[in-house]
Amino acid sequence: MAKEMTYIGKRTPGLDERDKVLGNVIYADDFTLPDMLYARVFRATKPSALIKKLNVEKARNLPGVACVLTADDVPNNESISNVVGQTTEVGLLEAKHQVLVKNRVRYYGEAVALVAADTIDAANRALELIEVEYEEIPGVFDPIAAMKPDAPKLHGNNNIIAQWKLRKGNIEKAFAESDVVVENTYRTPRQEHAHLEPESGVAWVDDMGVINIRSATQVIEHYRDVAAVLGIPQSMVRIEGTIMGGAFGGKEDVTVEVFLGLLAWKTRKPVKLTFSREEMGFGRQKRHPYILKYKTGATKDGKLTAMEAEIISDAGAYVYLSPWVLLYSTVHSTGPYFIPNVKVDSFSVLTNNIMTSAFRGFGAMQVAFAYESQMDELAEKLNMDPFELRKKNFLKKGSETANYQKITSDVLLKESVEKALGALGEKSTSSGSKKIGRGFACSWQSYGRMTYLHDTSSAWVGLELDGSAVVRSGIPDLGGGQRESLRAIAAQILGLKIEEVHVISTDSQVTPLAGTVTATRALFMSGNAVKLASENVLNIITRTASKMLKVSAEDLYLRDKLVYTSGGESIPLVKVIKECAAEGSMPQSLATYKAPFTDPIKTDVIKDPVFADFTFGAQAAEVEVDTETGIVTILKYASAQDIGQAINVNRAEGQIEGGAAQGIGFGLMEDYLEEKGVPLTWNLATYLIPTSKDLPDIQSIILESKSGKGPFGAKGVGEPSITAAAPALVSAIYDAVGVRIKHIPATPERIYWSLHNSDT
Amino acid sequence: MDGKEYYNIKLIVNGKEVKGSVAAETSLLDFLRSKNYIEVKKGCDKGDCGACTVLIDGKATVSCLTSAIQAQGRKIQTLKSLGSWDKLDPLQEAFVKHEALQCGFCTPGMLMTAKALLDENPHPTRDDIKEAISGNLCRCTGYKKIVDAIEAVSKGEN
Ligand code: FES
Ligand code: FES
Repeated sequence: MAKEMTYIGKRTPGLDERDKVLGNVIYADDFTLPDMLYARVFRATKPSALIKKLNVEKARNLPGVACVLTADDVPNNESISNVVGQTTEVGLLEAKHQVLVKNRVRYYGEAVALVAADTIDAANRALELIEVEYEEIPGVFDPIAAMKPDAPKLHGNNNIIAQWKLRKGNIEKAFAESDVVVENTYRTPRQEHAHLEPESGVAWVDDMGVINIRSATQVIEHYRDVAAVLGIPQSMVRIEGTIMGGAFGGKEDVTVEVFLGLLAWKTRKPVKLTFSREEMGFGRQKRHPYILKYKTGATKDGKLTAMEAEIISDAGAYVYLSPWVLLYSTVHSTGPYFIPNVKVDSFSVLTNNIMTSAFRGFGAMQVAFAYESQMDELAEKLNMDPFELRKKNFLKKGSETANYQKITSDVLLKESVEKALGALGEKSTSSGSKKIGRGFACSWQSYGRMTYLHDTSSAWVGLELDGSAVVRSGIPDLGGGQRESLRAIAAQILGLKIEEVHVISTDSQVTPLAGTVTATRALFMSGNAVKLASENVLNIITRTASKMLKVSAEDLYLRDKLVYTSGGESIPLVKVIKECAAEGSMPQSLATYKAPFTDPIKTDVIKDPVFADFTFGAQAAEVEVDTETGIVTILKYASAQDIGQAINVNRAEGQIEGGAAQGIGFGLMEDYLEEKGVPLTWNLATYLIPTSKDLPDIQSIILESKSGKGPFGAKGVGEPSITAAAPALVSAIYDAVGVRIKHIPATPERIYWSLHNSDT
Repeated sequence: MDGKEYYNIKLIVNGKEVKGSVAAETSLLDFLRSKNYIEVKKGCDKGDCGACTVLIDGKATVSCLTSAIQAQGRKIQTLKSLGSWDKLDPLQEAFVKHEALQCGFCTPGMLMTAKALLDENPHPTRDDIKEAISGNLCRCTGYKKIVDAIEAVSKGEN
């Protein structure tokens, strides 16, 4: 490795950014092939109904229409997948899905038929010609009602599709011995990803009979799902990922891939499918709305004694990743605090609402709103500074969590709070109806997948004859610069310039599979894999060079395409590569990084480690609340995260700022509303996300403990950056006007009515 | 074929004449994308996101709400009219330097809005910049670095 840090921890712009500002990037929908068909999805307009009649003949006969597919045309329309890690005692164990509605519609927007035609106009007209008759059947739209035994069932005989527990100590005794106890119920909204780029892709069958799908996906491994639906070998489906126009978990479950695979397979023509913005609203997963009942106790000197919680998530009509999201919630439910006595029961419940699944924060975010609000309430009851209270209870390196997991990295929470609060500077002053308040919140968020999934990531690194390097890694790039980080890591280890390293990524048949760009795992897993492979290449080079230079290999390092001895002697890298080739030891390596592995969870009580490590951080806000309108203006905002080691400072800051922005949206304005399963906010005129005028200049503060499990001691930052925003804002609002909003988003209406109506 | 009437049109895009045949309701956005101006992005098709922003006679306009027919005889500029690989426009340069983008999907529209702003008001305040780009949604960045980049160009700091 180069002796000094050349690219790690710097602000070097990514090479692809030039193409981004020039408009040269070919995103999924920008790609076309000759003679390509255009597809559309026909979607149900009832949340709970049986299909009595479905007539697609007129649509099929429309000139220009190549095919119309219904459930009958799908080789394996129904799929059942086991949800790894859930127990046998909990209701339904299996995630059931249908590609297209066979008989029963379970949510408004469910896909019923697929159309492919010569032009998008013809495809749209074909949709209008599809005739469907529904018989509405009773649905259930409230998760608490759905838990009752007599509720209409979505699948099987139990709407509770996942249940997890934490059990530690004796909460009855601990509450009895507590000096203060606070009890509250919190609610969080159904948040829409609202990535700017719609789900999209193009598929074709190549001259080897392989279905190629070029799509915007966080998970190229979905080629396996396409193969399963078609009943063909997995080797006959290839997914080539594109640079995504944002995703945030919204392109984690299958989006267009299965539909495209079916259409290309049936028509043997290239097909493009891009969802409309409306379809992104009512046809795609959201963040789970939660109901969180919390009871927390402490001694009078501020030591947490016990916590009890009941957590209910609305899973919508299909299982998707709900059991895992709920597992995250359960493990993270205590917050980053040591609590000796804990009892948590969490449930994920099917309803006829829109499906919910992965979204940045993945279940660890909803609970942060609850555990941090509880800390503020306890502090107030104890007449203690909220930071003092937290300091007495923060987890430390070596502490044991409520799932009996030891914290193995540094916990810089105190430093994070100090930095975030410090960054707010002088406090503004209230005037008239405009009241100023400040708040902060802490968070913890795992990075990397659950350890019982035995996650791995592979990468290949090789040197060309001229000394430049090629990296192959399956990891997709969702806009965060995942590819660029791998480039920097390889350049650092091999002593090359960044432009001398090329990264080929996200192609299921060309790049070694690296797993998903989800769970804040891309840098952690693929970064380690590329680092391993680069180090292996380096070893091959130094071994051969040591023979050439007659010095020990440990004494050698690479810089600027020269192999140096510690004494400053050098030979050109290309000479060494030539010698390697002559010896038959090629300077290339396929390496697999394995995350820490643990055994599968055996019961629904989580009592073993589930995550490799956590990122800790804090966010702080100063707000102005207008008591006459309830309108909140954020005046100052800061987020401090210990990310272990910044690989690229610009991009790390970008994650911290962008995560805070989405968290602010979640806390103050975003809520995907439905009325008895019928969506009300399915476009960007009704579903509002923060604009430049809604946000202050978010200050990002990077702490580097170098204690993480990623390359160079890095921790993950993608998800941790969103987690603490909502509780920080709610805390600031309370500080300003003395009302605590327990049902977010904290909209002007909610604040106004909390101020003006003592009943709410 | 579908009973619709089609009109032959001629537009001036980035200084070049572009011909085509469109229906009355064809948007400028769809027309441009069909002619491979893929740098003009479709984020919503309803005027809510700003990803499709182009300049029409120097004014930032959402091309999804503009009909292709209406745009005849007017000067249309897409992102490709700004800089080239060898010579980026100062705004493009600043967006790279300040990391004013992540996924880059909002970037083409954002840059055109920024261009129109600085052409009209070379020395905007940060609030002016925020006001100007408030119709351009970005879901990745939180906008701070975008405002930083535009401000840097306005101050000649690039
Ligand atoms: S695509 Fe035109 S404003 Fe969104
Ligand atoms: S950079 Fe992704 S939407 Fe702006």
